[in-house]
Amino acid sequence: MRVALFVTCVNDAVFPSTGVATVRLLERLGVEVDFPAAQSCCGQPQFNTGYRAETEPLVRRTVRAFEGYDHVVTPSGSCAAMVRRHYPPFGADAAGLAPRVYELTEFLVDVLGVTDVGAYFPHRVTYHPSCHGLRLLGLGERPRRLLEAVKGLELVELPGAEECCGFGGTFAVKNPDVSAAMGADKITNALSTGADVLCGADNSCLLHVGGMLRRQEAPLRALHLAEILASTEEEPWA
Amino acid sequence: MPAFPKAAHEAVRNETLRANLRHATHTIRDKRARAVAELDDWAALREAGKRIKDRTLRQLDTHLLQLEEAVTAAGGTVHWAADAAEANRIVTGLVRATGESEVVKVKSMATQEIGLNEHLEAEGIAAYETDLAELIVQLGEDRPSHILVPAIHRNRGEIRDIFRSEMGKWGRPAPDDLTDSPAELAEAARLHLREKFLRAKVGISGANFMVAETGTLVVVESEGNGRMCLTLPETLISVVGIEKVVPTWRDLEVFLQTLPRSSTAERMNPYTSMWTGTTDGDGPGTFHLVLLDNGRTDALADEVGRQALRCIRCSACLNVCPVYERAGGHAYGSVYPGPIGAILTPQLRGTASEVDASLPYASSLCGACYEVCPVAIDIPEVLVHLREKVADQGGKGHRLEKAAVRAAGWVLDHPGVLAAGERIASKTRRLHPKKLPGPGAGAWTESRDLPEMPAEPFRDWWRKNRT
Ligand code: SF4
Repeated sequence: MRVALFVTCVNDAVFPSTGVATVRLLERLGVEVDFPAAQSCCGQPQFNTGYRAETEPLVRRTVRAFEGYDHVVTPSGSCAAMVRRHYPPFGADAAGLAPRVYELTEFLVDVLGVTDVGAYFPHRVTYHPSCHGLRLLGLGERPRRLLEAVKGLELVELPGAEECCGFGGTFAVKNPDVSAAMGADKITNALSTGADVLCGADNSCLLHVGGMLRRQEAPLRALHLAEILASTEEEPWA
Repeated sequence: MPAFPKAAHEAVRNETLRANLRHATHTIRDKRARAVAELDDWAALREAGKRIKDRTLRQLDTHLLQLEEAVTAAGGTVHWAADAAEANRIVTGLVRATGESEVVKVKSMATQEIGLNEHLEAEGIAAYETDLAELIVQLGEDRPSHILVPAIHRNRGEIRDIFRSEMGKWGRPAPDDLTDSPAELAEAARLHLREKFLRAKVGISGANFMVAETGTLVVVESEGNGRMCLTLPETLISVVGIEKVVPTWRDLEVFLQTLPRSSTAERMNPYTSMWTGTTDGDGPGTFHLVLLDNGRTDALADEVGRQALRCIRCSACLNVCPVYERAGGHAYGSVYPGPIGAILTPQLRGTASEVDASLPYASSLCGACYEVCPVAIDIPEVLVHLREKVADQGGKGHRLEKAAVRAAGWVLDHPGVLAAGERIASKTRRLHPKKLPGPGAGAWTESRDLPEMPAEPFRDWWRKNRT
């Protein structure tokens, strides 16, 4: 199977390791990965901040970049949700792309039909289901099932898991105090689990929560799900 | 009133407030989830409620005229108020005509929305709130901070102190040895209020629903104080938003299931009072219905925004909202706080003021509110829609923001430029500070470290390793 990787702008610039992990993981599972270089930002930040007109060219670019692919895979729940939920009103082409975009765990579980991807990651891990993956995409148990099948991994329940971490794109900038208060509660909960890795399927949330963890020099690091799934006994990720 | 971020800045630092809110909202949200899970047709009820409301809103004028006819036929009088000032004028005139100078009130969002109590006070008429939580707010010279539990921001100790120091000024004082036990607090309020009920000649209420076919008004409540106000006085004046009409009694079937479960997590609310015009020798001899527009027809004209008018004021969205939980209800500077306030208030009042323009941004768009809403109002959708309006109107901060978004959009639409920028950022990564200067960015790095920039962007890795 041949798929297009939609790496997303945040991953491209700030978290390339998530993109690399996604490529390695998919290739290990026998998938041929393309990276259409014309891709850019899906337009979510502009759209959610109220700049619909400014979103439009990015929608058009994204649609063009992924023309001809039946499966477009992205390691970002919120960008997948942007395309799936908010693209259709932008026109027929945009609506056509919507069902062809898969968030990584959807692609693994629903399209490839695997939950055990042969990963090895000997750590105590807790999982934060980001709001867009949870509510807009309805990822449900997919990420947990994938994590549970990882050899050596001990999955611990995150208290208040379904509560927003407080990132919310420009929300973190426009309402910094509330955002920080929400993030503080999220990391208090995460630290209470005794895990050494806080895992998520969306690097924008991890940017926010991970930044707070680093500021506190907490014994817990934020890591994208793809990087855990990419890790094997022969080639441990980190 | 300052804009939301500024008001929230203070609230977030108030530890007592945050603890009170956290405790109260988490308790009620867990209970609600259990009460809703008991029904296997919840999704169908939610959809039915949404449809009934949408259908009614589409022909609002027809239903309201039918309501007016039915209320009049039943011996009531209907008044139409275009805005708050007109509604206040009508109510004041009606109270004056009775020769009374005090009224008892059933908890009502509509009268809060128009600032009726303040207006009556200025006209020399004392309005006594009889809902327990409203009483606490009124005695404490405070403002309500929640739709259903206006004093949610107070704990029992604070309530005891308010009762002790303030009750005597308004009527029967609280006992000197009052403790903070719920039973004692409730008893003190009961005795205090009973004197008011028995004396009052005029009652003022809102309504949860108005049934067009019979001209019947409905109030659902937990305490029974509302029922006293609705039945004991000689004159009853009900001020109700025009969106509260439902066509038939049958429609109530849906809402009388979804409302109590969503709001108080009860299978059924303890008191449901219904009144239709007047009846000789039973209840008030005079009944006035003031139908309030106050921005509602403007909201109705907005295709995306109008869904906010489906709201049945259950407050479930407040109780699950992580932003409300931290910022508290007062920060919204609106009678309707929380997610529903963030979409309803800017539609009713417009977005000209700083606070109203800030409300659509008072959300992380997490979607928890949409998930619990019993009439399926897509609150995040309306928030984004209103952000568009605010961004379009320009104003403080938004002109600069628009320019920045445009510039970023240009870069993002030119991956070559984007790649160059990423490369530069990666190359200079050792020079990047952990904290950024400037307003937006400065606030971001106040509590978070920026991640270290990677050695190379993904694009470059791909080019080197896969092409
Ligand atoms: S918006 Fe929905 S959840 Fe919120 S108060 Fe109204 S009906 Fe209840």
